[in-house]
Amino acid sequence: MKLNVSILFLLAGLIALLIAGFIGMIISIVYINPDLLKDIIPFNRLRPIHTTSAVSWIVLTATGGIYYYLTRVERLKLYSERLQKTHLVLFLCLGVVIYMCYIFGVMGGREYLEFLPVLIIPVLLGWVLFGINYFKVVWKKIKDGPVYFWMWGTGILFMIFHLTEAHFWAITDIRSDFIKDLTIQWKSYGSFVGSWNMLVYGTAIYLMSKMKKDGELARGKKVFFFYFLGLTNLMFGWAHHTYIVPTAPWIRYVAYGISMTEWILFLNIVYIFIKNLGQAERKIYAMPYRFLMASEFWVFVNLLLALLMSIPTINYYTHGTHITVAHSMGTTIGINTCILLASVSFIAKKLNPNNTVENTLVYYAFLFFNGSLFIFWLSLVIGGIYKAVWSAENGHSSFAQMHENSSPIFVVFILSGCLLFISLAIIVHQLFKDLGESVYQQEKK
Amino acid sequence: MYKGKGNFIVLIALVSVFTVYNAVLYMGEETSSSSAPRMSKEAIRGEQLWQENNCTACHQLYGLGGYLGPDLTNVISDPAKGSDYVRTFLNSGVKSMPQFDFSTEEQNAIISYLEHVNATGYYPNYDSEFSKDGWVTIKYK
Repeated sequence: MKLNVSILFLLAGLIALLIAGFIGMIISIVYINPDLLKDIIPFNRLRPIHTTSAVSWIVLTATGGIYYYLTRVERLKLYSERLQKTHLVLFLCLGVVIYMCYIFGVMGGREYLEFLPVLIIPVLLGWVLFGINYFKVVWKKIKDGPVYFWMWGTGILFMIFHLTEAHFWAITDIRSDFIKDLTIQWKSYGSFVGSWNMLVYGTAIYLMSKMKKDGELARGKKVFFFYFLGLTNLMFGWAHHTYIVPTAPWIRYVAYGISMTEWILFLNIVYIFIKNLGQAERKIYAMPYRFLMASEFWVFVNLLLALLMSIPTINYYTHGTHITVAHSMGTTIGINTCILLASVSFIAKKLNPNNTVENTLVYYAFLFFNGSLFIFWLSLVIGGIYKAVWSAENGHSSFAQMHENSSPIFVVFILSGCLLFISLAIIVHQLFKDLGESVYQQEKK
Repeated sequence: MYKGKGNFIVLIALVSVFTVYNAVLYMGEETSSSSAPRMSKEAIRGEQLWQENNCTACHQLYGLGGYLGPDLTNVISDPAKGSDYVRTFLNSGVKSMPQFDFSTEEQNAIISYLEHVNATGYYPNYDSEFSKDGWVTIKYK
């Protein structure tokens, strides 16, 4: 009996998605009823559970997919299966420890990485193990290899670098200079997202080339041009997060020049794919196809928002408002989650062509997922505009009054968030069932 | 025919520029345009308490952080608020904020941290100047 470790990564990712969705739903309710759970588990402990679960969903599912594609589709032999198992066990144990720390309020890190700073060492170790296995397998194939090999490798290396960079605050010289510290912190976060985008977008291109059975889609000058454009964004395009922080102007000039290009590259690649995909492939891979189509819509919507937010004059008003949240939710749920659900449903179909991932209930859940996400996203944009107007009025009313007055918007936010979670749970339940059965079948073989 | 060698050259060039960029950012004094002095030990202790209690979950500094509570960048110099106002909130809590029971030494440390943040700049930066090309020149302290 052989355990399919890559499937276990995917299952762990799906569990993380459910936790992220469920806690997110509770957080949204707490947002307009702040004393609801205050004495049981206050907001400062709930929020990191939500954000860590969301990041874990993206990272675990992208990792599981890469392991699966390398070993089961490309038929490449891993350098070490023991390293792969150690990677999984390490991340699962870390997950339990980090959740416990949050529940009991044992924190000490910064936003999005609130866990005890010492825990970054095993996190980095896990990424190093992944990197060793990955590069030992693909190194000789990278030079003339498809772009997704480059993107996955880049994602792993930069994830290690930026997770380290996010803890530079531990160096006294940096920490004692508040603005420099804040700048480096947000530089690392921007690039952290860029790094997981490399893993996720690489997965999207992989899926496209496999579904279309066209390896050339992931090769050639054009696709590599866009890869390098994305990498440039990852390296230098982070500073739009800190336009309003008193950093040196040159940092912000560089960001302004670069930050508008990243989305265009992906839209272009998806456009080529959608344009050329035949009806037959659409039918065989109906669910992955639908999710990739949905991700295209979300790229378009978030492209527009990102472009506007990267103009300093507009950023001046949108910075620090829920419009920023709308952008991050739109990208993590709309783009990343859609691509990763496409990846998981593609794998479920590969494992067993008779899998029922395309059943009617899942189809309706898919529609409700996107519909509720749009309302959710829109309510955040409207809430953000309301806060921006309040902020520009400078002291006409208190923060508490502004918060209370915006409650009707956040009721819509909560209702759409609940619908979003329910539809997501239906999809995840089906995928979990399909993958679980496949793991069992794999074990029997 | 696609040439992998060219891609490696572009990659090396990008990584080289990135290395120089990082070196300037990490070590250069000009990263920060703020004239505020370095943080005191007490302020660093305050920041540590800020992190241990995950204040960022609700509060923002320079518009970065959570959305349940107000931005605290200039709470110390706000004529309607100030350090006594912060001290009251720290231990009594409000509807949306838990009661933290900080010691006097811890309260002083957090206030020292917020005083330092306040000295680094303005947020919102109401005296910014807007250019026709979309650029915003912010006012520095």
